[in-house]
Parts: sequence; C-alpha cells; structure tokens
Amino acid sequence: MTRIINTYGQLLVTAMGQTLLLALYGLFFACIIGMIVGIMSVVSSKVCRFIAAVFVNLIRGVPMIVLAYFIFFGVPYFWNTILGIGGLTLTALQAGSICLALNCGAYMAEIIRAGIESVDVGQMEAARSLGLPWWRSMYRVVMPQAIRTMIPSIINQFIITLKDTSILSVIGFPELVNTAKNVVAATFMSFQTWAIVGLMYLIVILLLQRAAKVLEGRLKYGA
Amino acid sequence: MERKEKKIAIHVSHLKKSFKQLEVLKDISLDVKEGEVVVVIGPSGSGKSTLLRCLNQLEEASGGEIVIDGTDITDKKTDINKVREKVGMVFQHFNLFNNMNVLRNLMLAPVDLKIMDRETARKEALKMLERVGLSDKAEAYPHQLSGGQKQRVAIARALCMRPDIMLFDEPTSALDPEMVGEVLEVMKHLAHVGMTMVVVTHEMGFAREVGDRVLFMDGGLILEEGTPEEIFGNPQNPRTKDFLNKVL
Repeated sequence: MTRIINTYGQLLVTAMGQTLLLALYGLFFACIIGMIVGIMSVVSSKVCRFIAAVFVNLIRGVPMIVLAYFIFFGVPYFWNTILGIGGLTLTALQAGSICLALNCGAYMAEIIRAGIESVDVGQMEAARSLGLPWWRSMYRVVMPQAIRTMIPSIINQFIITLKDTSILSVIGFPELVNTAKNVVAATFMSFQTWAIVGLMYLIVILLLQRAAKVLEGRLKYGA
Repeated sequence: MERKEKKIAIHVSHLKKSFKQLEVLKDISLDVKEGEVVVVIGPSGSGKSTLLRCLNQLEEASGGEIVIDGTDITDKKTDINKVREKVGMVFQHFNLFNNMNVLRNLMLAPVDLKIMDRETARKEALKMLERVGLSDKAEAYPHQLSGGQKQRVAIARALCMRPDIMLFDEPTSALDPEMVGEVLEVMKHLAHVGMTMVVVTHEMGFAREVGDRVLFMDGGLILEEGTPEEIFGNPQNPRTKDFLNKVL
C-alpha cells in the first residue's frame, strides 16, 4: 500500500485532477444543454417539445460507452473518410467532454422539466396576469422555485456523471481509472491500487455531497 | 370624468371557449361599464371562471371578440401583456410568489416592467399594504400568512399595477369562514372607490350588497342578468330559481 502511494501517489492525484477536469467540462456543458432542452420540453410549441423528447430518449436509449466510441472514433471517421472533408480530429478530452455533456445533459433536461412542472401553474398564471412576459415569469418566479426542488436530483446527477468519467478510460483519456490500470500493469498490486482509487472517488464524492447540503440550506427562504 | 359612467370597460361578444371536445362557453355576450361591479354566480362547471380567465386571456378564446378598454384582445396582433398590466386578477388560491416576501411580491411587476422605479414601487407597495391592513407583514413570506392575509396581499399586489379593471376568481372560496369577511371588506372598499370589477363568487351576500349587476351562468351561457334585487328578489329563469333555492 505505502509503496503504491509513495511511487504512484503523485500520478494518481494528477489523474484525479484529470477526472475532475473532464467532469467539470462535461457538467458545464451538460447544464447548458439541460437548461435549453428542459425548457424546450415545457414550452407551448409542439415542435420544441418533440425535438426535446427525441433528444432525451435517444441519449437515454444508448449506453454511454457506445456514445463515447461513436463520438471519438465514429464522428471523425464519418467526417473525414465518408464525407471526405477531412481535418477533424478530436482529442480524448474533447470527445469525452462532449460525450458527458450529451449524456448528463439529457438527464439534466428531465430533472429541469420535472422541476418546472412541480411548480404550481398558479405561480405562472399570477405572474402573467400582472403583465410579465412568459420568459420574465419563468426567470423571476417559476425557475427560482423549481431550482430549489431540483437541487438534490442535480447533485445526484453530478455524482453519477463524475463516476461516469471512468467509462471514458476506453477512449484513452488519462483519467483515474485509465491511470490505475497502468499502475496495476506495472506493479501487479491490483488489490491495493483499486482500493486506493475507490477511496479517492469516495472522498471527492463525499466532499461534493457536503457542499450540496450547505447549498441546499442556503436556498431555503424565509424559513 | 363626467362621462365616466358611459364608457364601456369590457365588451364581450359571442365568446366561445372549448377545451378539446368540451364546450365550456357557448355564446357569451356582455358589456361592463367603467366603475361597474358585475358579480357572476352559478353552479360549478357553469363556465364562470373560464369566462373570467378569458377576459385577460389566461384562457385563449376559441371564438368571438373581447374588447378591453378599446383594445381587441382576441386579435393576435395585440400585445396581451400590455393589456394585462391594466387588468388585475385575484385567484382562488392566492398564487402569491412563494420565493419572495410580501413586499417583493408587490414590487415585482411594477419594477420588472419598468413602470415604476424601485423607490416609487416600494412606496406604492407600502401604501397598498396599508390599505389592506397588512403594513406589518411587508417582510413576511407567503407561507407565514393566513389565507385571508394571503388574499389581501394578492389584492394589494394587483393594485400596485394601478389597474383599471379587477377580476376576482372565487376569491373567498379557499378561505376559512372566519377570514372571508376581511377579504370581502377590502373588495367592498374597492367597489366604493369606483373600481371596475368582475367577481365570480359564491358569496350571495356580497353579490346582493355590492353588485351593480348580477349574472347567472349555467352550461356555458348567461341565463339571466339583472340588478341584485331582480335576481335575488324575483328570478325569472327556472334554473336561476333552482340554484338560488339551493344556495340561499
């Protein structure tokens, strides 16, 4: 155990940094995608709702590992070879971030849709009856209330996404799992290595949960 | 001002409203004069609330015409938000914004729509709170208020927009009996200062005392209308008689 930590500790911590970087990029864009698609699924336009539903069902219906291979290998091949345009290369970080963003974005969209729908329609009606446009009503009245109910689900989704970065070891991104595989290959100490890696994930996720609790407490109004 | 009595605030002609197959409003025509208090009564499911909600297009009319202060709101080109600024609405379930305290509930629309600057809106809000007797609740959140207090805040919130017309959708139906009085009191005061009001209610006492005109609706139609004396004293339509026998 100590040999692993002494020799490879630095490497594993750096790899954890890469995992967090990947998760951060993924989550950032997932939030944007989730917000857009989530709102698209509650507007009155049928076309918007249809597009949102297709996106969510498509992403939810495909395993992330398939999505990862598809984006990393499939899309550049399609672009460069089949279309013959050429010049498209994706780094593992780029492909991984897109993959996480799409996957997590679809689930976030569902969380946001459910959150908005959980707010009593009377809130929107009251805002509209005062003359506020739909967007202002959404922004000032509905969203602040929806976000409060969404927080636990969003944190949960963040944690899932953080763990899902491990799937992206398959496209060669040097995140924690990929790095750990190399350490095991070099040392044959699989019990110790995987125990350490597991513990590292656990610590980060516990910290994340802790932060979420604090945030949740702050969002209570006039309690 | 001298011609005030004669101006038509709300003009509705041949209004129809259907939800999918269900025809809720069949053919409604109605004029409300400025300063008039019109009370709509009738059994549940008769279309009273739907009629009211059509008047600010919370429900889109399926047919017919609605003209508010000279603006045809069934016209697609009309900016409905502009019209709504001048038409306050009070809901059965209050619908105070749960994420804001009372003061911010009142100030939101005037400030957000840039009708007043923050300081003016604040003064206006405090004045309205005083009018409904809730000056001490400016900092309270909706969940800390009783039903009657919530409804009075809701009325104050609508008044902060300085509306020309106020719509009341069963404003006392969700209240405990002992709180009905305080809300009706505020409404009476509004009627006395000349607000144009359309009130959907089951409070027959209020209809009789404050209403200039009472409409009886059933099955998506206005079956009878007249002064409170006419409707309550000598109803003509058998359905009106039947309804009044049950509720009085």
